[in-house]
Amino acid sequence: MQVVWLSSSLALRDLQAFILHSCSMQMDPKLKKTKDSSSNSANSPDSTHSSFPFPDEVLERVLSLLHSHKDRSSVSLVCKDWYNAERWTRTKLFIGNCYSVSPEIVARRFPRIKSVTLKGKPRFSDFNLVPQYWGADVHSWLVMFAKVYPFLEELRLKRMTLSDESLKFLATSFPGFKALSLLSCDGFSTDGLKAIATHCKNLTELDIQENGIDDFGGGWLSSFSENCSSLEVLNFASLSSDVSFDALEKLVRRCKSLRILKVNKSISLDQLQQLLVHAPQLIELGTGSFQQELTPWQYEDLETAFSNCKNLQALSGLWEATSLHLPVLYAACASLTFLNLSYAALQSGELAKLVAHSPNLRRLWVLDTVGDKGLEAVGSSCPLLEELRVFPADPYELDLHHGVTEAGFLAVSHGCRKLHYVLYFCRQMTNAAVATIVLNCPDFTHFRLCIMNPGEPDYLTNEPMDEAFGAVVKTCTNLRRLAVSGLLTDLTFKYIGKYAKNLETLSVAFAGSSDRGMQCVLQGCPKLRKLEIRDSPFGNAALLSGVEKYETMRSLWMSACNVTMSACRLLAKDMPRLNVEVMRDEGSDDRQADKVYVYRSVAGPRRDAPPFVLSL
Amino acid sequence: MSPPLLGVGEDEGHSNAMLLASLASLERMCKNGSDLKEQNYMGLSDCSSVDSSNISITSKDNSGRGLNLKATELRLGIPGSRSPERNSEPCPLNSVKLDEKLLFPLCPMKTVVTGNKRGFSDAMDGYTEGKDISTLEVNLTPLPRPSVNPNVKVGSAKEKPATQPAKMKEAMSQNAVEEIPHNKSENILNHVNRANNEKSAPATKAQVVGWPPIRQFRKSTLASASKNTEEVDGKTSGTALFVKVSMDGAPYLRKVDLKTYSAYQELSSSLEKKFSGFTINQYASHGAPSKEMLVESKLNNLLRGSEYVLTYEDKDGDWMLVGDVPWEMFINTCKRLRIMKSSDAIGLAPRAVEKMSRQKIAT
Repeated sequence: MQVVWLSSSLALRDLQAFILHSCSMQMDPKLKKTKDSSSNSANSPDSTHSSFPFPDEVLERVLSLLHSHKDRSSVSLVCKDWYNAERWTRTKLFIGNCYSVSPEIVARRFPRIKSVTLKGKPRFSDFNLVPQYWGADVHSWLVMFAKVYPFLEELRLKRMTLSDESLKFLATSFPGFKALSLLSCDGFSTDGLKAIATHCKNLTELDIQENGIDDFGGGWLSSFSENCSSLEVLNFASLSSDVSFDALEKLVRRCKSLRILKVNKSISLDQLQQLLVHAPQLIELGTGSFQQELTPWQYEDLETAFSNCKNLQALSGLWEATSLHLPVLYAACASLTFLNLSYAALQSGELAKLVAHSPNLRRLWVLDTVGDKGLEAVGSSCPLLEELRVFPADPYELDLHHGVTEAGFLAVSHGCRKLHYVLYFCRQMTNAAVATIVLNCPDFTHFRLCIMNPGEPDYLTNEPMDEAFGAVVKTCTNLRRLAVSGLLTDLTFKYIGKYAKNLETLSVAFAGSSDRGMQCVLQGCPKLRKLEIRDSPFGNAALLSGVEKYETMRSLWMSACNVTMSACRLLAKDMPRLNVEVMRDEGSDDRQADKVYVYRSVAGPRRDAPPFVLSL
Repeated sequence: MSPPLLGVGEDEGHSNAMLLASLASLERMCKNGSDLKEQNYMGLSDCSSVDSSNISITSKDNSGRGLNLKATELRLGIPGSRSPERNSEPCPLNSVKLDEKLLFPLCPMKTVVTGNKRGFSDAMDGYTEGKDISTLEVNLTPLPRPSVNPNVKVGSAKEKPATQPAKMKEAMSQNAVEEIPHNKSENILNHVNRANNEKSAPATKAQVVGWPPIRQFRKSTLASASKNTEEVDGKTSGTALFVKVSMDGAPYLRKVDLKTYSAYQELSSSLEKKFSGFTINQYASHGAPSKEMLVESKLNNLLRGSEYVLTYEDKDGDWMLVGDVPWEMFINTCKRLRIMKSSDAIGLAPRAVEKMSRQKIAT
């Protein structure tokens, strides 16, 4: 009897009881004979029926309580019955790499899907390392969905390419379509959004985030029908052109269930006030431009509007916010758990005042204009803080007097002991500071430190930053995601391989001294799923040392390393269930494999690869 | 001999001609009769090839390779700039970065600033005062080579401020005038060869593709935010000046870049096109409407009643009628535009009319 470990506590009790009962049934000597006669219960339908007293419906009922796709994958491996029960009860599909499986395979296995999450390009495509037209086009998936899942309700895409035609197809093929979320996608324009707004009569969610899209104007918003009142989530913060405020206001007014509203910069403060008056029930708000000359009574109205939003948990937008208008937020700050100031270039004093009113903050995103002083204020005002992200206001500025340093990070770690997620862009760091930080906050699950000058050593000792990351992996045993930077030798990777037993994602740039580094990671981190490396001296020996590892991972990315085509070909030959793809830079040596992308797949090599992607 | 002063806003062809003319006159100073066309300090004819190589360089994520090629770029120094440490520096890229920074504050190609270079404004002042020539010539002799900054090219595909290139051209052509005679092509080639042999030093700090790892949306948002703050600070950044245009009764607003117009006439006709189906008062092309026209057109407005009036919100938050002040003053104070129904604008018009009529009576 296989044991299934589940993380979903909701179903755990039910399943525990079920499993225990099944176990006892299997232990029954009367049944044992039939079980022994067939080596694998999966092959003999009779034996499985007799060993499971519950009809399939019960099994399915229990399994339908499972939501985590990881749990479901585990369940499906128990036996054929469970595999079948699971596939009939799965309604949410999560595909972390769209090329790891094909639409046909998915259609065959899962008959009843209502919600799909699809991720496409490798993460480094966010930073222009993947050429345009690389792929991850969603259209073939949509065609399959239209055939097999006509009652599809939700589609969440990340780093996929989709055209306006695809959006029109989506809008018109699924009558019950409810939720569309596009993050870091490209290839479409506001015309596609128009189609969605026009045809999806039951739309509850339209979430458009940070996509490379052609913005032909805000007319799409006006395409929502006047009968549409079902919207719960509307996020168009990253679109640039003006929308009709009139249309937006009417939409907000009639969508009484609206809980997330994130507008774009074209919405002014007084317009925002009018919207808030109609939607005080909002849980998440993204403001428009936060800079406008207001009359005193407009200011007061805005203040009142914010204080009436009693349920506000998350606040973002705040473009061009200044100390003049920030006070209108104070009343709403008390209930805030997430404050995203990463588009507001605040100074330390302004941030200090804001966080002083926000004692319940769990997540905070800021620009490094707040400086170390601003972070000190965070440390003293937000004891419940769990996540901090500090983005650089001027990433290409080399002046050390701007931005944050190790002092700010230290200050936060002193005050916010529950910190477990950090993304920190800085220009200087020391090993000692990081060691202290992880002593203060040993529960880090995500540690992403970006020292912006590649290969920058500890600025006090001039040593590599190996000990910093060594401290992180030794102390933070729950670490799942790590991004390293600064001057690093193989020692960092030895530490990672030795101590980071829960590490799932590792990002490496301008680091390491030899193949040994990468080998240590591949041989050491049992739970590694995603490894992305750029500009590091890892070569063929390193690549080939992970031959058995890559099938347990989602993907490997190596760019500007020392890998050659011959090693890639060898890898491709030895591992048929791995797709090994190479992209070469212009004018580079024929033997160099400039960009290597390796991922496991049951669908075989890509059939839609453009000419610059070599599938080996 | 004073260098030919080039007017602001000249086009490439004109400045090219001026450049060649001045070169001919300074021929006696030129020790090497090299083919100056090849040097192309202005980045005029061959700018596309160098620019494209520049672009392809940045598209490589291999910083080492990219930096080497960058090292071969020719750069043009601002007159009066000293860089005695050029010879000793391992990498020749630390040339005119300060000037770049001042001239193109949004330019992503920033590097460490070294050397005592006069600021751009200093250089420009030097020109206008006319005392530059002898000092410049003296200053330039220690320069081992001229350098052209391809980023400064006027015709490049990158977004560059509209007014700045004109000033830059002036400066560049001056530089070219001064520097070419002092610099043999041999120097340039030698330096190019030297640069090719050099390893890219970390001190160059040229931009690496995709580093730091920040998403494109955030990068472009922050870039435009810094542009906005510059405008607010009153710097003549020369970047676009977008203002919202709303029209009473129109379902959505538009944005116009005021810098693309040079007169009220252009603005009004452009807005007409954008919001087709209405008319704006025709203002005199030179910016200041004649009094008679003003009175008449406004009277026509009132009479016809269905006409629209173009108004704007100024820095103080007041709504003003477009056309009263000179164009330059207008674009500096205008925050947004509104096309009002003339019936709503009654409060604005009669005062002007009354003022006119009172003035008429007075004279």
